[in-house]
Amino acid sequence: MPKDHGIGASSKRREDIRFLTGKGRYTDDINLPGQAHACFVRSQVAHGRLKGVDISAAQKMPGVIRVFTAIDLEGVGGLPCGWQVTDRHGNPMQEPGHPVLATGKVRHVGDPIAVVVAETPEQARDAAEAVQPDIEELPPVLDLRGALAEDAVKVHEELSSNLCYDWGFVENNREDVDKAIATAHHVTTLDLVNQRLIPNAMEPRVAIGDFNPATGDSTLYTTSQNPHVIRLLMGAFVLGIPEHKLRVVAPDVGGGFGSKIFHYAEEAFCTFAAKALGRPVKWTCQRSESFMSDAHGRDHVTKIELALDKNGRFLALRTQTHANMGAYLSTFAPSVPTWLHGTLMAGNYRTPLIYVNVKAVFTNTVPVDAYRGAGRPEATFQLERVIDKAAREMGIDPIELRRRNFVTEFPYATPVAVEYDTGDYHATMDKLVEIADFAGFEARRAKSAARGKLRGLGVNCYIEACGIAPSHLVGQLGARAGLYEAATVRVNATGGLVVMTGSHSHGQGHETSFAQVVADMIGLDENMVEIVHGDTANTPMGMGTYGSRSLAVGGSAIVRATEKIIAKAKKIAAHLMEAAPEDIELKNGAFSVAGTDKSVAWGDVTLAAYVPHNYPLEEIEPGLEETAFYDPNNFTFPAGAYACEVEVDPETGKVEVCSFVATDDFGTIVNPMIVDGQVHGGIAQGLGQALLERAVYDEYGQLLSGSYMDYAMPRADDLPSFTVDHSCQTPCTHNPLGVKGCGEAGAIGSPPALVNAVVDALNRGGYEHITHIDMPLTPSRVWAAMR
Amino acid sequence: MYSFDLDRPVTLEAALAALKAEDAQPLGGGQTLIPALKQRLAAPSRLVSLAAIPDLCGIDLEGETLTIGAATPHAMVAGQAGAYPALAALAGGIGDPAVRNRGTIGGSLANNDPSACYPAAVLGSGAVICTNIREIAADDFFEGMFATALEDGEIIIRVRFPVPQAACYRKFDHPASRFALAGAFVARFPGSVRVAITGVSEEGVFRWSEAEAALSARFAPDALEGVSLPPEGMIEDLHGSSAYRAHLAGVMTRRAVAAMV
Ligand SMILES: Cc1cc2nc3c(=O)[nH]c(=O)nc-3n(C[C@H](O)[C@H](O)[C@H](O)COP(=O)(O)OP(=O)(O)OC[C@H]3O[C@@H](n4cnc5c(N)ncnc54)[C@H](O)[C@@H]3O)c2cc1C
Repeated sequence: MPKDHGIGASSKRREDIRFLTGKGRYTDDINLPGQAHACFVRSQVAHGRLKGVDISAAQKMPGVIRVFTAIDLEGVGGLPCGWQVTDRHGNPMQEPGHPVLATGKVRHVGDPIAVVVAETPEQARDAAEAVQPDIEELPPVLDLRGALAEDAVKVHEELSSNLCYDWGFVENNREDVDKAIATAHHVTTLDLVNQRLIPNAMEPRVAIGDFNPATGDSTLYTTSQNPHVIRLLMGAFVLGIPEHKLRVVAPDVGGGFGSKIFHYAEEAFCTFAAKALGRPVKWTCQRSESFMSDAHGRDHVTKIELALDKNGRFLALRTQTHANMGAYLSTFAPSVPTWLHGTLMAGNYRTPLIYVNVKAVFTNTVPVDAYRGAGRPEATFQLERVIDKAAREMGIDPIELRRRNFVTEFPYATPVAVEYDTGDYHATMDKLVEIADFAGFEARRAKSAARGKLRGLGVNCYIEACGIAPSHLVGQLGARAGLYEAATVRVNATGGLVVMTGSHSHGQGHETSFAQVVADMIGLDENMVEIVHGDTANTPMGMGTYGSRSLAVGGSAIVRATEKIIAKAKKIAAHLMEAAPEDIELKNGAFSVAGTDKSVAWGDVTLAAYVPHNYPLEEIEPGLEETAFYDPNNFTFPAGAYACEVEVDPETGKVEVCSFVATDDFGTIVNPMIVDGQVHGGIAQGLGQALLERAVYDEYGQLLSGSYMDYAMPRADDLPSFTVDHSCQTPCTHNPLGVKGCGEAGAIGSPPALVNAVVDALNRGGYEHITHIDMPLTPSRVWAAMR
Repeated sequence: MYSFDLDRPVTLEAALAALKAEDAQPLGGGQTLIPALKQRLAAPSRLVSLAAIPDLCGIDLEGETLTIGAATPHAMVAGQAGAYPALAALAGGIGDPAVRNRGTIGGSLANNDPSACYPAAVLGSGAVICTNIREIAADDFFEGMFATALEDGEIIIRVRFPVPQAACYRKFDHPASRFALAGAFVARFPGSVRVAITGVSEEGVFRWSEAEAALSARFAPDALEGVSLPPEGMIEDLHGSSAYRAHLAGVMTRRAVAAMV
């Protein structure tokens, strides 16, 4: 019987009413009295020496308040990078400066050179066209391998090369891995590209800076997934504003997918300019501008080798990846191809020896950073593709090959530094086999064939490390931050609760599921709990929402704070009923004394806390408000098995996705409907990558796919109706809710399923020479592969 | 967008007068022009909307001739051009509902996007484009990518389609824009067959004469066996090679014919 409230209930998303009726309040909906408007002048060339910027004509244009170039940003620091990777020789990565406005050089199309601040957005844009940068063009660095040649042009002259780092993991395994691969019964090799993606959140970025001359306080309204992180980074490293004089507000935010984690130049500029001009300064990104200024995702070129014994047992795995960093290091860029990627190379399998090499490379392209899944999709894709290829080469059923190698005993320490606390990979695979009706595949294939279509079936597993992350661990790995969360639970006199969380919701449904958790713990109606997030002025420090961490880390902080509330409330109840606190039970929102019929209601206790007439003031303080910080002691490891069925039109190369089944183990489920939605969205994004999306630069470094006319986003009719199951649950062993996180799974697990299915269809259809096609599997690519 | 003046005349005379102003430009449904203005790729001083002129909007059947006003939106053609089902279906497959409710046949033809659908129907049907000064046969109207026979100040008033015995449009969607990556419009008249291909050539929409000859001799999909387009001169970009587009044109033509027999 499905629950109708509390943990496990599909409570309707309370936030959707305002989103769906146009009553949301997004950053662009905010207009401050007297605000001016900023327009950024961006480089139209990929690489060039910036010899000067002529702003004289622009400055005289109607409505122009001031035109800023780099020299006007006195005292403004560069944008910081939040993660320092150490290379395989023990040296720190090469870390170039990242100025708010270009100085000396421009390094990608879209690199900001100047900003016009004017009375209206149109006037700012008119004047921006009159700004004349004097740029001496340089040859652009675009090819990842070419960028590392001895004589390659350098993106950053102050660095010794275009190599950010050469990372080896685990370096001590290197020789053993080489040896195992050299002597193995069978080695499967695969070269592949995990293409560059542009995130395309529905709401483009917006920033409004405001300065209060009376108090000296600055406020930034911004489209962020983590307002506290922006406050810390921008305050401490860019503008030199202490946190108590800086407030960052991220109100309703229309999707992020990673792209709104990072601290961007526009945020720092608007905050700075508001103070410099004594007026609020607003910037709203144009859609085409977002294509060249939001951090992109993925962009790996990889060679992977899997060694197997004659029974198909995995012996060793070796990968070599070139990862594109773009022109500068975005906030968390260095961590993505390393710690979020190499640590997942074991997948769901007992591969004893693994060595991952990643060369991160600077190029004259938009910076690349975390995008839904961040490193884990790249790891899963190459691993699950190479396993499929190995299965085909060795004539072993792909599901059977996976099963032979599943990790079955937990906790399991991988050879790549993480320890899986729990899981059951056979269970999710069994469920998949049951739901996806593999037995009926042959009949469906025959039907497709009768219509001239090639049908294929693709299966894969995935695992991800979520609930990011134990601070002590990430500190050792180079993070320049801790990754805990905090929550304050305030109970009001009349019994209603306000939960202030440092986590941020921009589509994930926190306002609903967090309320379910608290209501369930106390036994109250969910509507008595309000969730507050997004404003550093009224929420405790939080590290934000990404890495499927909100419920696992932020939710755990809420549980801890609520536990403190309950403990204190029980003391008050004990006093009211003249019993011992240990004898007090809390059930359905009422306190009772064990073994008696004495009870007091929740509201009686909360009222007593705030009207302490009859109250043990010498023992406990009045009021009912608690804060907790929660730092996880491990990652969580959601895992699952996915299946995809496709039909390929051999005449046109068009792939149609006929069905998609996802079986996921997310541990405890708080709201099954929200989890379904997260998985649906993730699969849509993953299939978007697999079938449609690709950021393409031409040989001059111009973005060819710079609008929706050329950048293909997935649409409803590109996708089938998904079947999603999360009934296999092995609760996380180390957080209080047993939750693992579900936000990225779909995007991580679905691309290999689709590609495996298409390769399967083509092989069954007589195209045995096709072992791989790089994503996206557009009709023209599939058709070309068949020639 | 740069600022401009907007006229919304209700008569053709008033529209033509307004268009005499320097830098004035007609505005159909704005589905092409407005995005171009937003990107600041054009800076007309005055737009003259044709949307409010009753004479320019509507569909009329007389005998075997279907006449469509230049400002008729795609949705109306999709819903009301039942006398010419292939044309109605083509209109119903353009863009999305918002585009179809606004975009007009006149705007589409004047724009002559090399991947647009209507040019294939007009050329494939052998329609006549009636302007404020003359009548132009479809064969003389399309002059290459984004180029037409329209002179400065000349506007399309209506389009006259001879309704064929049978016709079919097959479009292979461009993965991103959903315009035609390749589209074939096949129309069968007593004694002749016309085949127009869109989305494929660097010269824009064109008639595929080899296919027409083959199908005129024998109207069947396999009549096209051995008939193919050379890749030379076909569009090549990140969405497909010229060889792929040439191939797709053949597949779409065959499928159109198959749907008609
Ligand atoms: C998202 C999207 C998807 C689309 N998908 C497709 C598709 O699948 N297939 C397809 O064919 N098209 C597609 N289009 C284009 C659409 O059909 C446009 O409506 C059409 O190209 C232009 O028509 P319009 O009435 O909007 O013209 P406008 O944008 O108003 O004008 C276009 C040009 O024609 C001129 N003009 C307008 N009317 C006249 C006239 N009567 N006489 C002379 N000149 C005139 C204008 O001055 C301008 O230069 C799509 C558009 C969008 C935005």
